[in-house]
Amino acid sequence: MMVLEYFPQIILGVWETIKVAFFSLTLGLFFGLSGALGEASKITWLRYVCIGLTSIIRGIPELLVIFLVYFGGSIALAVLFGHYVNVSPFLAGVVALSLLFGAYAAQVFRGAFAVIPTGQAEAGRALGLTRWQIFRLIELPQAWRYALPGIGNLWLILLKDTSLVSLIGLSELMNKSQLAASTTHQPFTFYSIAAIIYLLLTSVSQLMLKYLARRATLYLSKQD
Amino acid sequence: MNPFDYLPQLLNGVIMTIGLMIGALLLGIMLALLLTLGLVSKKKIFHRPANALVFFVRGTPLLVQIFLIYYGSGQFEWLQNSPLWVVLKEPFFCAVIALAINTGAYTSVLLKGAIDAIPEGEILACQALGMSTGLMMRRIMLPRAFRIMLSSYSNEVVIVLKGTSLASTITLLDLMGVTDQIIANTYATMEFLLVAGVIYLILNGLIMLGFRYLESKGQRY
Repeated sequence: MMVLEYFPQIILGVWETIKVAFFSLTLGLFFGLSGALGEASKITWLRYVCIGLTSIIRGIPELLVIFLVYFGGSIALAVLFGHYVNVSPFLAGVVALSLLFGAYAAQVFRGAFAVIPTGQAEAGRALGLTRWQIFRLIELPQAWRYALPGIGNLWLILLKDTSLVSLIGLSELMNKSQLAASTTHQPFTFYSIAAIIYLLLTSVSQLMLKYLARRATLYLSKQD
Repeated sequence: MNPFDYLPQLLNGVIMTIGLMIGALLLGIMLALLLTLGLVSKKKIFHRPANALVFFVRGTPLLVQIFLIYYGSGQFEWLQNSPLWVVLKEPFFCAVIALAINTGAYTSVLLKGAIDAIPEGEILACQALGMSTGLMMRRIMLPRAFRIMLSSYSNEVVIVLKGTSLASTITLLDLMGVTDQIIANTYATMEFLLVAGVIYLILNGLIMLGFRYLESKGQRY
């Protein structure tokens, strides 16, 4: 059966998709936390830059962000190094998806930090902890609990947005499906297979998120 | 190279983008109403298909949905010989249908959430007055639900706007497609990508302004 012949290729594609998603998640969480801190910063210009960046990234289509990072990245690196540097679609895709994730994650984190009673930060200051220690030891672990649903949702969106990286040439799932579909002239078959695989990925993710949510709210008392 | 030479092309792109958006939103709202009725229904025969469609749409990327409808329908001989082919061979209609199904599914979830948020007392009052379910739905529940979900729906409309950019992948000349075309001719990649970005931000801003106006009108009472 022709479909089975493409099985190994499709598996390669799924692996690439998962790789992109996980790298983007890691970098994206970093961008998100930085963005949240930046938007709450007392340094005015930093605050404006962060708010501006997150608003712009959230306001333009994801495809445009990917193109800007891919083509803009090649140009920026060419200016830096003096000659043409090839930016891999993987790298450009991960950076772009991380920026997208981070811009929305910053909003989620801001909301999560806002729920934590300020008395805790004051107690930390009374104990002599530095601002950074207060953030790392007191606020961050608690914010995680409130941020989880929002971040989980952003993860699902991230998984689906990896399909867009196929448009700058990365051979992930969508790309492999396009290849198979055009060679066998069975587009419906292969795009359906791709759809089912995405459904599997998102369903498994949702199960994991439910598990994480249960664990995170384990010690939550009634008034939290 | 005079950048203003490309203004008419860009304008055509914007018109196509707005056309896709409005088509998708109108069709999407109709689909959403149908789906919501299915989602709130207690009968499995309405409940199950609605849930299944929402599950599928929320679990797969928009790109896959667009490709399935546009390229996928070309696989079936019987489809090509049917009267539906007139619609399905056109990329514009395929894009509108895909976007409409996508936004319809997400909007139906919003609508269901809004209906659930209607204070129970209002529904009880309707039933006490002897209103039929249909009448109650039409005159009280849906308008109330729309007002509750207005701000969430503004996000959904922005998502549709951003979704129209994917229509460029099936040969449509929306703003994104036109930008690709211009870049292919002029090699001025960053300039026109940034121009496209600015235009999308302007459209975004207009949508938000529009919704803020709607919300202020809704707050009269």
